[in-house]
Order: sequence, then C-alpha cells, then structure tokens
Amino acid sequence: MMRKTRTNKLNLLIVSALIALFSFTNSSYAFAASGSGDEEKAEDKTEFIMHHIADDYQWHIITIGHTHVSIPLPIIIYEYDHGFKFFMSSDFYDEHHEPIAHGGYEISHGKLIKAGAHGDGHGDDSHGEKSHDDGHGEAADDHSADHAEAGGFLDLSITKNVASLIISVILLFVVFLAVAKRYKKGVSAPSGIQSFFEPIIVFIRDDIAKTNIGADKYERFMPFLLSLFFFILFNNLLGLTPGAANLTGNIAVTMCLALFTFVITQFNGKRAYWAHIFWTPGVPLPLRPIILIVEVIGIFTKPISLTLRLFASITAGHIVVLSIIGLGFILNSLAVGVVGTLFSTVITLIEIIVALIQAYVFTLFSSMYIGQAVDDGHH
Amino acid sequence: MLSILLTAGYALMGAGIGAGLVAIGAGLGIGKIGASAMEGMARQPEAAGKLQSGMLIIAALIEVIALFGVVACFLLAVNGSIVEKL
Repeated sequence: MMRKTRTNKLNLLIVSALIALFSFTNSSYAFAASGSGDEEKAEDKTEFIMHHIADDYQWHIITIGHTHVSIPLPIIIYEYDHGFKFFMSSDFYDEHHEPIAHGGYEISHGKLIKAGAHGDGHGDDSHGEKSHDDGHGEAADDHSADHAEAGGFLDLSITKNVASLIISVILLFVVFLAVAKRYKKGVSAPSGIQSFFEPIIVFIRDDIAKTNIGADKYERFMPFLLSLFFFILFNNLLGLTPGAANLTGNIAVTMCLALFTFVITQFNGKRAYWAHIFWTPGVPLPLRPIILIVEVIGIFTKPISLTLRLFASITAGHIVVLSIIGLGFILNSLAVGVVGTLFSTVITLIEIIVALIQAYVFTLFSSMYIGQAVDDGHH
Repeated sequence: MLSILLTAGYALMGAGIGAGLVAIGAGLGIGKIGASAMEGMARQPEAAGKLQSGMLIIAALIEVIALFGVVACFLLAVNGSIVEKL
C-alpha cells in the first residue's frame, strides 16, 4: 500500500514535470527564435500569433537563427482543365527559405494562389523583394475571383491541420480498437489502457447520454457521442503539445462537428419535436406564429453556438498563452519574460482543463439536443 | 490618409475598450457563480462536490464568452495594426 502511493506520487511528479516542460517549450523557444532581431515590434508578434493559430501548407516546427525546421506536406491541386497536380510544399521555398513560385502556383499570405495573381495590393516585406524578379507585379490589381472562371483550381492539399487530423485519427483508432477488443472478448476486469478510459466512457454513458437522451434510447447515440468526445479531447490536447497544429481551433473543423450533431438531431426528430417547433402546444394561439419563427431560428443557432464555443475557447486559449509570452519580447524585458513564462505555464495548465471541459460541454449539448429530438412528448 | 490613420486608431481603441468591457462582464458572471456556489456549499456541505463540478462547467461557459471577446479584440487589433502599416 505504502509503495503504491509512493509510485503514484512519482507518476504524478513525472507527469507534472512533463506538462511543465511542454508548456515552457510550447512557445517560448519559437518566440525566442523569431524575435532575434532588435527592431521587432508588436505587429510582428501579432503576425506570429496569427501564423501560429492558422492553418499552413507546411508543418513548421522551430526556427533557430536562420535555420527553418519544418516538415514539407503534399500539395494537391485539382485544375478544372488539366486534372490533378502533386508536389511538395517545400518546392515553394528556395534554399534561403524565400518564397518562390512553383508549377504556376505560389503561397501568398498563407493562401495558395496562381503565380502572378495577387489578390490584394499590399504585400508584406519578404514578398515585396521577391515579386520583382518573378514578375508578379503585372496582374496586381486582379481579384482572385476573376481567375476562378478561366483555369480555376481546387485546393485539396494535405495542410498542417489535415495532417494533424490524420495523426489524431490514427491515434484514436489505435487506442480505441485496443480498448474495444478487450470488451469483445468479454473480459470484465479492465486492464492497461482500458482502465484509464473505462471511467470516462462510463461517465459519458451514465451522466451525459442516459440523463439527457433517456435510459431507453441512449444506446443508438453512444457511438456518436463517444467519438465526438474523444475526437475533441484528443485534438484539444494534441493542440497543446509543442509544434502541433491548432485543429479544434479551426472553425471549419468545429462547424463540421456541429453539423454532425445538427443532422443527427433533425433526422431523429420525433413527432413531438416537430410539433413543438411548428405548433407549440400550450401556447396561446396568437403567439404561436411568433414562437414558430423563434423555434425555427433556434434550430440553426444551436449548431452555430456549438461551432463558435469550441472554436473560440481553443483559439483564444492559444492566443492568450502566446500573447503573455510575447509581452516579454515586446517590452524587451527579462523580468516580464520570466513572470510571463510562469504565468503562461499556469494558463497552459488551465488550457488542459479547458480542453477537457470543452469536450465535455460539446458532448453534453449534443446529447441535450438529441434528447430534445427523440423525446416522446408525454411528460 | 488621415482618415485611414483615424480608422486604425479607432480599431485599436475599440479593441482595448472591448477587452475591458468583456473582462467586466465575465468577472461579474464568474463572481455571481462563485458566490452562489459558496453559499450553496455552506448551506449543504454534503453536496459540495456536485456543486463544485457544476460551478466549474458554468464558469467554463462564461469563460468562453470572455474568450469570444478576446478573439474579437485580437482581430480588431491585428487589423488595426495592418491598416496602420499601409
């Protein structure tokens, strides 16, 4: 017993040391590397933060001095006239890490565009130098919508977020197939990684699904709710690791998750659910058309609120951590830097809790909406 | 030119004031939750665990509203500083 508590404490210590290490390395090094120049200003920091939370065509890990360590990712372009085109994102940079055009395309302001067609007039400095010898300037006034008709293309690249998505899906499959295999065997006592996940799965079943959907109907929705919870949780936590992509802080990803809930809710809507929306019982007749409008709007605001809640909390968490670390570089002061790093470590720890709570809240609200839809109406 | 600079200034000012207002709102909200939860715990110490988890979840919901503000103010500030650079 004594030994067990001691090993538990040791485990706890190791885990917390790892967390602290993660949160220290998370962004301080990246900032230190990017802020090597003296004339760095607040604007460059905001650009750095925006770059950090946005999607990218390559997986940038660290920059030490002038050495850029990044993983090139495949660019897949479908041209309406010519079909598919494949190449790597490293082709967009020459040996000095200056952006260049490749295969008729280039990356400008984090967007893949046709070479020579700048959507907007103002280029940033690194681009301004290059644009002359590549001959970009001529079509500077073209709007990106103009060349959509002739020679349009579809960008299907494996970006940083897509790569992160694939990694997390593989991780989820490995972990949960291992967990599921033991249940299929009929072994009742959990062991290994199963004993870590079983309480969480039971919590989702008992406290989220059963209480909100109903003890007789929850089973159909358990696969969806569990996938939702663990997908969001894994991606939230992966997003906190150093150098990782900000997947659940991408509004397209969260919107897609919310659309799943939306579609499942509407397709499982029982009679009582639709009756409640279109002809609310127990409401005076003159009020019913007004309630109808409110209820129909309510159908669509639910997925929107799900989308924005997850997106804003994860993105803002990253922004807050980076802003606090950035303060030390903006004010150019060691004291602020030390305090800021400690403070951002605390914020990162809070972010771990937020990652859990947001996964829980998303699943909770999804099951509440599904519960409203499948309700029989006699209560 | 002056009008562009003024717009940039207004954007930055709006970001700052907005961040402050968001902080006031979120602070009031979280304070109210904390007060009610404390009161509940004092009245019924045996329900403290449940109250605390409920409190954390509601606090997280309010925090998200504050974070909406952070994102909006951050975007305002970024766009303001971009306009200023032109």
